[in-house]
Amino acid sequence: MKPASFDYIVAESIDMAVASLKEAGADAKIIAGGQSLVPMLNFRLLRPSVLVDINGIAGLAFIEETDKDLRVGALTRHHQLETSPVIARHLPILSCAMTHVAHLAIRNRGTIGGSLSHADPAAELPMMALLLNAALHVASASGKRTVAARDFFLDALTVDLEGDDMVTEIALPKLPPRTGWGFEEVARRHGDFALAAVAVTLTVAGGAIAQARIALTGVGPTALRTTAAETLLIGHALEPNLIGRAIEAVRAVIMPETDLHASADYRRHLAGVLTGRALDAAWRRATASAA
Amino acid sequence: MSKARDITVTVNGDACQASVEPRLLLSDFLRQTLGLTGTHVGCEHGVCGACTVLLDGDSVRSCLMFAVQADGRRVETVESLGCIGQMNALQQSFHEHHALQCGFCTPGMLITATDLIKKYPLATDDDIREGLSGNLCRCTGYEHIVKAIRAVVDGKAGDAR
Repeated sequence: MKPASFDYIVAESIDMAVASLKEAGADAKIIAGGQSLVPMLNFRLLRPSVLVDINGIAGLAFIEETDKDLRVGALTRHHQLETSPVIARHLPILSCAMTHVAHLAIRNRGTIGGSLSHADPAAELPMMALLLNAALHVASASGKRTVAARDFFLDALTVDLEGDDMVTEIALPKLPPRTGWGFEEVARRHGDFALAAVAVTLTVAGGAIAQARIALTGVGPTALRTTAAETLLIGHALEPNLIGRAIEAVRAVIMPETDLHASADYRRHLAGVLTGRALDAAWRRATASAA
Repeated sequence: MSKARDITVTVNGDACQASVEPRLLLSDFLRQTLGLTGTHVGCEHGVCGACTVLLDGDSVRSCLMFAVQADGRRVETVESLGCIGQMNALQQSFHEHHALQCGFCTPGMLITATDLIKKYPLATDDDIREGLSGNLCRCTGYEHIVKAIRAVVDGKAGDAR
């Protein structure tokens, strides 16, 4: 359980990091928190010839508020997100989600940029990026680009990043007024990867749902939004029959797998139950804040 | 084999210099290079928590970091907490509550609890259990570990008054 040899480069800037990646070719990896990468190195599932360490890049760990969004630096640790007063004020659902991310020792080290780039099918942050319509800022040796979260997650552990690409910042738009949220997760043990998790926001206007977002993780190769379920909620007040229809729409689009921890049928059932609970919580919060 | 690098890590207050291969895990650096075998190595992929140490005061898995990444940083291992005859309050509480049997998980439990007590109010025993969920113990059933930490949290609250 020891990693194979690699050359180790300490990047002092984003420019230096992406230049090092480009020079090293396809066989280089960025190491940020390393909480997913190092296990893969220890198991020798990965044997990169070069590791580019970005932990020393100044100014890459931050949470800043603008008029319309929150800007999070890629090197921001999970525990910083979990405890940030700015996140708690504007995106309380993200504060809640972060308490479900692994354990304190992992949250002290793991980063948002790393988690999104790794894209574990049962991780919380890809789901939250999709839910919150995040925009990912990506730097490479040839320039910068911005990718919407909905275009970023391609398959299990596969994202829209090329060899010398590096996520540098994540923009999370603020939620509209009168938006309530619900977050539900079931894992075998607190902090384990989700058997299924659901994150919901409902924006309420005039007693009816004006905007709905439902995102899930642990129930397919990538986290996903369930557009059909979201659409059928629009224009209605939340009531049991509507929740039932939304649950059916969610169960229809997810593609859970059977593994050691749970069967596909169980995950499908669970995802529906959790969707119902999250919708209920979101509706209660949205209507309470409107009162 | 890739080129060795010179590093200086402050471990338990002492500046330790060494020349290490980049792939050397921090856990192996502590145990094999420095002989600090208090840090235990269980799973080597971040699951069991036995190798947890403090990096600049924050708990981290030493099997999920390379020694080169600790260059210029401060590391505290279980050896920093106290020793026989001079145990700190947490160690003393583990002793009094029989919070260990074989002792393999204990260094990780102590370091994790140190960070938990610093960062969270741990108002309920469920909070303690949640905080310990990343540290595996195969002997105790956790009950006495929770009690030992509870006693320290309550004692600390008493001191604050």
